[in-house]
Amino acid sequence: MYKEMNHLEKLEAFSVYILRESYREFKNLIMLWSIGKDSTVLLWLARKAFFGHVPFPLMHIDTEYKISEMIEFRNKTALKWKLNLLVGRNAKALEEKQTFPDGKTDRLTCCRHLKSEALKHTLSGEWPRYRLNHDSEKFELDSNTEPYTGVIVGVRADEEGSRSKERYFSPRDKRSDWNVDDQPPELWNQFNTDFAPGTHLRIHPLLDWTELDIWEYIEKESIPVIPLYFDNGKGKRYRSLGCYPCTTPVDSEAENVRDIIDELKTGKFANIAERSGRAQDKDDGGGLETLRREGYM
Amino acid sequence: MDQQKDNLKVVIAGHVDHGKSTIIGRLLAESGSLPQGKLEQIQESCRKNSKPFEYAFLLDALKNEQSQGITIDMARCFFKTPKRNYIIIDAPGHIEFLKNMVTGAAKADAALLVIDAHEGIQENSKRHGYMLSMLGVQQVVVLINKFDLVNYDRNVYEKIVADFSTFLGEIDVAAISYIPVSGRHGDNIVTASENVAWYKGPTLLEQLDSFAIPRQPVSKVFRMPVQDVYKFTADGDERRIIAGTIETGRIKVGDEVIFLPSGKESSIKSIEIFNHPEENETGAGHAIGFTLISQIYIKAGEVMCRKGEKLPEPGNRLRVNIFWLSKSPMIKGKRYKFKLGSTRESAELAEIINVFDASDLSTVKGKQQLDRHDIGECIIETARPVAFDNIKEIESMGRFVIVDNYEISGGGVILEKDTAGKSVLNQHVTEREFLWDHGLVTPQLRAARFHHRGKFVLLTGTKESGKHELAKELEHSLFNMNLNAYYLGLNTFMKGLDVDLEKVIWNRDEHIRRLGELARIMTGAGLIFISAIDDLDRYDIEYLKQLNSPNELLVINIGITDYEAELNLPENYDMKTAVNEIKKTLNRENIIPEYCI
Repeated sequence: MYKEMNHLEKLEAFSVYILRESYREFKNLIMLWSIGKDSTVLLWLARKAFFGHVPFPLMHIDTEYKISEMIEFRNKTALKWKLNLLVGRNAKALEEKQTFPDGKTDRLTCCRHLKSEALKHTLSGEWPRYRLNHDSEKFELDSNTEPYTGVIVGVRADEEGSRSKERYFSPRDKRSDWNVDDQPPELWNQFNTDFAPGTHLRIHPLLDWTELDIWEYIEKESIPVIPLYFDNGKGKRYRSLGCYPCTTPVDSEAENVRDIIDELKTGKFANIAERSGRAQDKDDGGGLETLRREGYM
Repeated sequence: MDQQKDNLKVVIAGHVDHGKSTIIGRLLAESGSLPQGKLEQIQESCRKNSKPFEYAFLLDALKNEQSQGITIDMARCFFKTPKRNYIIIDAPGHIEFLKNMVTGAAKADAALLVIDAHEGIQENSKRHGYMLSMLGVQQVVVLINKFDLVNYDRNVYEKIVADFSTFLGEIDVAAISYIPVSGRHGDNIVTASENVAWYKGPTLLEQLDSFAIPRQPVSKVFRMPVQDVYKFTADGDERRIIAGTIETGRIKVGDEVIFLPSGKESSIKSIEIFNHPEENETGAGHAIGFTLISQIYIKAGEVMCRKGEKLPEPGNRLRVNIFWLSKSPMIKGKRYKFKLGSTRESAELAEIINVFDASDLSTVKGKQQLDRHDIGECIIETARPVAFDNIKEIESMGRFVIVDNYEISGGGVILEKDTAGKSVLNQHVTEREFLWDHGLVTPQLRAARFHHRGKFVLLTGTKESGKHELAKELEHSLFNMNLNAYYLGLNTFMKGLDVDLEKVIWNRDEHIRRLGELARIMTGAGLIFISAIDDLDRYDIEYLKQLNSPNELLVINIGITDYEAELNLPENYDMKTAVNEIKKTLNRENIIPEYCI
């Protein structure tokens, strides 16, 4: 029986369309997986789009300051869903302790080192990538150093200002720059999927989703998420996940997905920005915009 | 499960500085849609920068944008009423950013067109109105803004309504309502204004809630552009899945389907959805997959239709309306990429019938190219037929975009198939042959001297089918018999004559065109010109045949094909037999004499 599609089904169908379009048009495609709820929903949508398969690798940038449960969840899920998982990091900055927790940089510079720089050089293949071996369950240095030029990312337009100008297919030049002022038009369901050699591309299938959509979809599809999002018994939970020195839990007694949805709809978070627990957002008015131009997700 | 209500996407457009951002800012603030602290944050930032606060700043999320004071790209903002959720798309009003306006409007369910009461109807008020109609936005409301600046004068309202509805009438648009508002003072945004007591219509907020959410067109005939065909083999997955998003109609397991333009047929074996109970029926809007009862070779770009229903019409010479957005003009004789549904096809501009200026609807005759922001009625030709529907019946299957220099540069709607005109290729060949500067040696003299006529021998088939080896053996064998045969490998060609095409996105058809022109020269020189290309289809072959005319083409196919070649060889051909077969064919066609076999 055909039923009229609801809001979530429409969002899902469109994201699936974008993912299939990406897979059809681009070689050297990769999906960023931050282990958070958005990129986990994105990963689930890839399984929807490709009927249970994920026909491209996933990349996780490990800052080594991620909350330990995140890494545990990542590895467990990757093994279970047979994901082709690659991990990269900024080994030099970590070794030289050019980080905020080490007291040598401010928060935004730390993000630039451990996220933007790490991402850029791992994608390009200049820095080592470690691939999960499903037999040994260990990460091994990957011999493939070809650049990944099409990067699927789970950003949403409602997250913060600079993200609301993104396109579903958004080209960066060779230096990953983002020319906000001069993006080509997108018409109906036709997107820009032709690019000059050397163009790097960000693909954003979740652009139209809101935080509430994400949680409702997680509930509808029973998608596994990290327990860090739920009350740990002390009346605290994470609303947005990042590195532990810069991410603080919020006061909340939401114990499950349904509680979170209620909290977002009518409860105390109905009017408070999601990234309010992310310290780097507050450092500088245009900081995130600058970081985004440099490739930060 | 109590899920959220539907989203309605509303674009807000209009001439620059007519106050779109202020209206949205006011709407967000007064309807209580701002996140806590947002308003205070912007007010604080204004105080820091010593500039007066304006509601428009709420939308200016980007630093860059604030410094320029104009909306550069379309910004989305989320907003909700008790009735439903909205995505408001702020389209820039500056002509420089028409492409951004178009991007915003193309995905909208409804549009708010803002006109400054004080300045009146401006160029972009009309241009945006026109674009809304071309983009297929059905619900249009006009906001007459800054009404405070005209002292809430009813006569100003009546005049703008009269003038603008006349304009919209000429382009087949009827606005649902004209609302006098003031973004700055909040009149008729959320609460009805006492300053315009004579106005009995809705406020902006009431108007938004009365827009209709378009329903999925399930009652129309079934159409699904094939986006891809998947065969993932991991974990022993045997399914061959035809994937796509259904545009219109519905379909059930067991239904007979036909793919166009190829015309291949099969029936639905299963509907494939990950993590979902089995379904036996699906329809419009779903991004889905199907398996078929028989293994037919289908490529992305075809349209899956249901047998027994009205089918789309395939055509390759189309009368269209195009709006052009790129800085470099659309010109004749250049190859563009044409995208309709999931089809990607090479296309060229064959004729310009009319060009008009959307800002005043004036017509310019005799233009030879489409410049930026022109709207033109044109004929375009695609390299292969594309399946399309009448725009009035199935909108999404009658509109297309044109890609130039890696970017979507224009869009348009198909009006009908053009059957009257002569194809660009045909005109070209006629003209070329008429102007050909012939030497004194006729083809007959040359054939008498060489003991054979010139001929283009083209080998095709799947990759790895051994075409190139066979082509070389054939050249060698003919040469040993004192015949003038010449083999041209495609790699030689690509690195030489075609080296400039390496960086061109849509280059396959241009390679083929050049090969065809070259073949005409080589066969004109009396040679048996031999080449080999992977996977030619019937349209490529027809194209090469015409380009090589008046000389002849012999097509030899290796393996299975849907094109009828003069000679078909099996994939596991024996070299000696194959060369002999080709020679026999050449003899049969009176190209080479019998003693050569």
